[in-house]
Amino acid sequence: MADGALGAGMSPTDPGAPAVELVGISKQFPGVLANDDVHLAVRRGEVHCLLGENGAGKSTLISILSGMQRPDSGTILIDGEPARIRSPRDALKMGIGTVYQHSTLIPALSVLENLMLGESRRIVLDRGRARARMAEIAKMLGVEVDPDARTGDLALGRQQQVEIISALWKGSRVLVLDEPTSMLTPQGVEELEKVLVQLKQQGTAIIFITHKLHEALAVSDRITILRRGRAIGELSSEEIRSSTPEQNRATIVRLMFGDATDIGDAPELQTRIEDVEDLGARRLTIAAGDEEEPILELKSVSAPGDGLEPGIVDVSMKVRAGQILGVAGIDGNGQRALAETIAGQRRARTGSVELFGTPVNRLGVSARQKLGLRYVTDDRLGEGIVRNLSVSINLLLKRIGEQPFWRRGRIDARKVNAAALELVAEYDIRTPGIATRAGTLSGGNIQKLLLARELSLGPKVVVFNKPTYGLDLRTTENVREVIRRLTAEGAGAVLISTDLDELLELAGEIVVLSRGRLVGTVQNGRDAAERIGALMIGDGDSPGAVA
Amino acid sequence: MAIAAEDRAAAPAPPAPPPARTATGRGQMVVLTFVRSLVPVVLALLAGAVLLLVLGRSPVRFYSDVWRYGVELNNWQNSAVLMAPLLLMAAALVVVFRANIWNLGYDAQYLLGAVFVVGYGPWMFAHFPRPVAYAVLFVIAGLAGAIWTIVPALLRAYFGTNEIITTLMMSFIGIDVANILVKGPFQDPTVTIPQTKTIPYNDMLPNIPGTHIHVGFLVALGIVLVLHYLLTRTSFGLRLQVFGENPKAARHVGINVRRLIISSFLWSGFLIGVSAAVDILGLWSYVRSNWNPSYGNTVIPFVFLARLNLLAVIPFVAFYAVLSTGGDLATQAVSLPTDFLLVIVALILLFMTIIEFLGRRRELGQSYLTKGLREALRQPLVRRRRSP
Ligand SMILES: Nc1ncnc2c1ncn2[C@@H]1O[C@H](COP(=O)(O)OP(=O)(O)OP(=O)(O)O)[C@@H](O)[C@H]1O
Ligand SMILES: [Mg+2]
Repeated sequence: MADGALGAGMSPTDPGAPAVELVGISKQFPGVLANDDVHLAVRRGEVHCLLGENGAGKSTLISILSGMQRPDSGTILIDGEPARIRSPRDALKMGIGTVYQHSTLIPALSVLENLMLGESRRIVLDRGRARARMAEIAKMLGVEVDPDARTGDLALGRQQQVEIISALWKGSRVLVLDEPTSMLTPQGVEELEKVLVQLKQQGTAIIFITHKLHEALAVSDRITILRRGRAIGELSSEEIRSSTPEQNRATIVRLMFGDATDIGDAPELQTRIEDVEDLGARRLTIAAGDEEEPILELKSVSAPGDGLEPGIVDVSMKVRAGQILGVAGIDGNGQRALAETIAGQRRARTGSVELFGTPVNRLGVSARQKLGLRYVTDDRLGEGIVRNLSVSINLLLKRIGEQPFWRRGRIDARKVNAAALELVAEYDIRTPGIATRAGTLSGGNIQKLLLARELSLGPKVVVFNKPTYGLDLRTTENVREVIRRLTAEGAGAVLISTDLDELLELAGEIVVLSRGRLVGTVQNGRDAAERIGALMIGDGDSPGAVA
Repeated sequence: MAIAAEDRAAAPAPPAPPPARTATGRGQMVVLTFVRSLVPVVLALLAGAVLLLVLGRSPVRFYSDVWRYGVELNNWQNSAVLMAPLLLMAAALVVVFRANIWNLGYDAQYLLGAVFVVGYGPWMFAHFPRPVAYAVLFVIAGLAGAIWTIVPALLRAYFGTNEIITTLMMSFIGIDVANILVKGPFQDPTVTIPQTKTIPYNDMLPNIPGTHIHVGFLVALGIVLVLHYLLTRTSFGLRLQVFGENPKAARHVGINVRRLIISSFLWSGFLIGVSAAVDILGLWSYVRSNWNPSYGNTVIPFVFLARLNLLAVIPFVAFYAVLSTGGDLATQAVSLPTDFLLVIVALILLFMTIIEFLGRRRELGQSYLTKGLREALRQPLVRRRRSP
C-alpha cells in the first residue's frame, strides 16, 4: 500500500462551514444506545475516517446520514444549514452518496442499467443522458468502466467503482464508504485510493469506515473514534502528521478499546517478519508428521460453480489433526465452492471427500456435522443467520431437533437459553440479550455468534471461510487465537483467506487456489509470501485480479 | 475456551440499559403490532359505513343488524358453524405460508375432499358404525386434498418450479375433476339436477349438547390449537420458519429442504381436505355441481392480519364468520346484494396493503408478512437501496 500517498498538501483550502455536520445525534435501539450524542463534522476535500470496535455504532451513524434510519435526536447540517433527511432518496438529492459494505449491484444487469436503476422513478429511461452522466463522473474519478459490461463480470474493485459512480449520480457533496476495502485485493485498494485523491480535489467530503489502522492513517485527514456509541476522540490532520505512525496507532487503539488493552502486539499493528517466520517454522514441524492419517482428505474433487462464481476442478488436499491448512487466492476463485463441497452443501461431481478415512460424498450437511465437521461460512448474513430469529435460536440453529435441546420434537426453552447464555458469555457476543433478533447485531458480533455455534460441542475438522473480514483488531486477534487453540487441542482446520498475512500467521502449509484449481503448495517459511504471490499471479488474470 | 475473558475483564461491560426502557420498547412493539392488525379492519368498517351512506342506507342499522343476526339470540351458533371450515382452511394456509410457500390450489383441494366425502359417505355409513365412518371419511378427504398438492410439491422441491403457477393450474384441473365426479360417478340418480347423493340426516356430525353447533367446530378448534403448538414449540415448526425466513440458511444448517417443502404441502392439502369433510358432514350433506364456497380467498386476508399466528387467527375468523352470517340477512334488510360483504373484505385487504406500504417506510410495528413472503412480493419491483 502506498503509505502516505494521500497525505501531503491535501488539507482543505477554504475552511468555511463543513460540508456536512452531524450534531448531537442519538439513536436508541432496544437495549442498546447505538449513538450517544455524536458530533461529526466533515469538511470539503477531506477524508474523515470513522474507527471503532465492532458494534461501536459506525454503521448506525452513517445510516442516519444516508436516510436509512432516523435519529432519536440531533440534527444534520449541510453547508451549515439544517437538512431534513427522511429517506435515502432525500440524501441522494442532497448529494450524499453511500457505498454500503455489501454490494447493492445486480450482477446480471449491465453497468449502465445498474446505474439507471437509481432513477427508476421515471417510466422512460434516458439511456443517452445516463451514458453522458456516467462518462462525466468516471472522468472526474479518473476511472474507466465499460458501461455495457455485465456488472457481474467485473472485478470486485471495478464493481466498487460502479457503486461509487452510482453514489455520486445526483451530486458529489459527500461520499460515505462503509468498510470499502474489506473485500478488495491490494491493487483494488490502491485504485480506490487514487479515486479518493481525485474526489478530494473536487472538494467532496468523504467519510471512510475501516477496521484497518494502516489504511486509516494512510488516507485520512481526520479520524474520529467511536466507542459504545460515543465519539470519544478525534485526531486532526496536524496531530496525525506530527506524530509517528506508532504513536498514532497507540493513541487510536487506546481510544478504541480503552486503556487496559495490550493489543499493541497484534501483527496487524506491527508486521514483525521474524515472528511470522517463527510461527511458520513451528507449524511446519507439526505438519511434518506425514505418517499420520489425514482426518480430512479431498481426492481429485470437482464441483460445479454457482452462477458467476466458479466451481473447483480436480482439487486434492489433506488435513491432519492439529494442522491448519491455508488456502490462498484472490476472492472469487472457487473458495466458496471448495468450502461448500467439504461442508456438504454442494455435491462433488467427481472425486471423493473423505473424513477420517471414509468417503462422505453421499452424506449431507448434518450427517457430516455429526462426524465432527464444521463450516464457518463467509456469507454471514446471507446464510449464516436467520435475521428475524433470536440470538439463542441462531446459536443452536444447527442442532434443531437434537438432544438435549429438543426432546421428542419439543423445544426445551430452558436448556436452549442456558446454552445460549453460556456461549454469549464465552465468546463475548455483544447483544442486549439472547432474545434479541440476530439481524440487529453488528457485523463483528454476528461473526462471533457463528464461531460460537460452530466451535461448541466437539469440532474435529473446521472449515473457516474468510473468518476475520470486517472484524475489529481485537476480535480478529481473538478469532485467530481461537483457531490456534482449536488446532492445538487436536482438531484440523482449513483456513480459506484472501488475507495473506493471516495465512502466514496461522497456517503451516498453504495451497493456492486459482480459477478453481490448486496451482501449488507452499510450506510456510522465509519467502513463502513471494512464492504464494508468484503462484497467484502465475495464473494471473482471474476475475478478482485488477489489471 | 474463553475467547475473550481477559478482554472482558479489561473493558467494563456495556452499561446495562435501564430495564424499564427495554420493557416499554417491547410493550410498545406489542401495542403497535396489535394496532396494526386492527386498524385495517376498523378502517374497512368505517369506509363501509361511508359507502352505505352514499348508497342512502343507514350504516347504524346495517351494523346493528349484522350484530343481531350474527351474534344475538342464538345466531352466534350459526357463526360458529361457519367458523369450522374457515379455521381449518386458515390453519392449512398458515402451514405453507410460514415456509414461504404459496399453496393457492385450495379451491380444488377443498372440493375434491368434499366430493369424496359425499361420494363414499352414504356407503360408509351403511356398512360401518358411525365413528369408524367419520374417521375414514376425514382421512379420505384429507388424502384427496393432500394428493392434489403432490405435483406442485415435487416440482418445487426438485426443480424449484414456482408453486404459485402450478397450484393454480392444478386448481383449475381439480375443480373440473370434482365437477365431473359430481355429474358422473357420484351423481344422485334419483334427481335430474347434477348433484351428489345426500348424507342421511342421522349420519351427520352430532351437535354439541344444548346447541346446534356440530362437533366439527370443536374438532377444528382442537386441530388449530395442536397445530399452533406444533408450529411454535417443535423442531418441525422451527425448521419451517427457518426455511421460510431464509432458505439459504436452511440449506446451510443442514435442514432437508426437499422433505420440508413436500411435507408442508402435504399437511396443507390434508388440512384443507379435512376442512371440507367437517363442512360437508357438519353442514351441507351434499355437493351440487359448480358449487364452490372459496373459503381460501376469504380467509387469506385474515391469515395475514394475524401474522401467521394461529391463536390470533381465531378471533379474526370469528369476526368474519359473524360478518358473513349476520351480513347475509343485514344486506337483505337494507336491500343490497350480499356481495357488499365482499366489498368489506376487499376494503380490509386494501387498507392492509396501504399500511404495509407505509409500514415499510415508517416503523409501524411488524409487517403482516414474513420476510420471505415480503421479498417474494417485492421481487417484481426490485429496489436498489438495501439496508447497510
Ligand atoms: N436495527 C437495529 N435494531 C436493533 N439494534 C441495532 C440495529 N442496528 C444496529 N443495532 C445495534 O446497534 C449497535 C451498533 O451497531 P452498528 O452496526 O452501528 O455497529 P458498527 O460500529 O457498524 O459495527 P461493525 O464494525 O461490526 O460493523 C450494535 O450493538 C447493534 O446490535
Ligand atoms: Mg458496521
